[in-house]
Amino acid sequence: MFEENKTENEYLEIQLLLEAIYRKYGYDFREYSVAHTRRRLEYRRAREGMTNYSSMQHKVIHEPAFFEQLLLDLSINVTEMFRDPWFYQKVRELVFPHLQTYPFVKVWHAGCSAGQEVYSMAIMLEEALMRERTQLYATDFNEAILEKAKNGIYPMDVVRQYTTNYQAANGATSFSDYYTADYDSVIIKSQLKEKILFSPHNLATDGVFGEMHLIFCRNVLIYFNRELQNRVFNLFYESLVPGGFLCLGSKESLRFSDVASKFELVSEREKIYRKKREG
Amino acid sequence: MNCNGTHYRAVVIGASAGGLAAVETVLKELKTSFCLPILLVQHISPHTQSYLATHFEDKCALKVKEADDKEPIKRGYFYIAPPNYHLLVEYDGCVALSIDPPVNFSRPSIDVLFESAADYFGKELIGIVLTGANSDGALGLKKIKERGGLTVVQTIETSEAPAMPAAAIQTACVDHILPLEEIGEFLNEICEC
Repeated sequence: MFEENKTENEYLEIQLLLEAIYRKYGYDFREYSVAHTRRRLEYRRAREGMTNYSSMQHKVIHEPAFFEQLLLDLSINVTEMFRDPWFYQKVRELVFPHLQTYPFVKVWHAGCSAGQEVYSMAIMLEEALMRERTQLYATDFNEAILEKAKNGIYPMDVVRQYTTNYQAANGATSFSDYYTADYDSVIIKSQLKEKILFSPHNLATDGVFGEMHLIFCRNVLIYFNRELQNRVFNLFYESLVPGGFLCLGSKESLRFSDVASKFELVSEREKIYRKKREG
Repeated sequence: MNCNGTHYRAVVIGASAGGLAAVETVLKELKTSFCLPILLVQHISPHTQSYLATHFEDKCALKVKEADDKEPIKRGYFYIAPPNYHLLVEYDGCVALSIDPPVNFSRPSIDVLFESAADYFGKELIGIVLTGANSDGALGLKKIKERGGLTVVQTIETSEAPAMPAAAIQTACVDHILPLEEIGEFLNEICEC
């Protein structure tokens, strides 16, 4: 039974480490998917040459700088502009016609990470001549990442992929119209940033973010356990206007949540949902 | 999840170049009563819509599906990692998906599946590395062995691309090096349903 104990002991150590982070710094990773969290902690443990998670717990309690490092390790989600181009096509096709009917539109990018998705949306709104009357809210709990999102600077070598994605999403013009190149990086043009409000918000602990017409939360919830996913789905339900849209990652689903019956499925592969009008 | 005839509870398979045909060969040999769940990482272009589940559907008696996030791992099922996502085994025995950066230039990565599966299943896991042109899976197989699991690699001679089996064999953690045609039969003998 030695092997089983080893896993159980490690699990206990991880739980205690996350408990220490929560009690000392207020960031709650206790309901994150353990398999993910473990991989990321393991990476840091190996880099620091530490032998176990308990020594990480000691270090994180006594060294705030180590906490900042772990916070980055645990919160960075890598994504692309126009990730899953077919998804963006469907948003344009199925969601935009509804947004057109509102005089003013509010869109929330929950867990916006380094901003790739919110800028993709800003570009689509620009091309649909809707950017002027849309307010975009981009939130993340990690303020260092939020700062990155605000700056909108991306390395040149990923922009090639973004460009391919943009074209595959049937972008109306040339992707290079939306950034200025500077040696080995690009900066997103400032006009795209005008209608975006970046602010801290923690899906694990914070409350309703009100009266949205459209919420994007793609490939964030796969990092949470079922209970936390369910809490966040309720939060989204409360934050949407009746008839508002919710877009999840292609492998995420409302199916097992307790708000499942309060949404209709608009598009299966793209995981686009719509809040029903009657309670 | 337990199969009556064995203490093993799951099989994880990693395959890359040449993997489609190799996995098919293994599946075709499985007897219809084979019931251990199988989880597969087959390297595949991140930008295709997955056709793997459809491809393997009629090749075996197991129910074939692309893995969904947080679904429980059940006996009689064959789970495939979706393109552009890592596939992991969660601490409660469900599958988990992630978009963490590629490992060994791969997403899904075989190491990511094998290491997380070894954490959960321990000695009740069988890990199999098939044909491929890189070294993904070697570290994961090593971890399966460390946790007491059973490790199997396809022989170099029967591999369309030998680099991946060779890398796995080099870690010196392999219990059985088998010709491709014998792997299915080997699994049949383990799962005595």
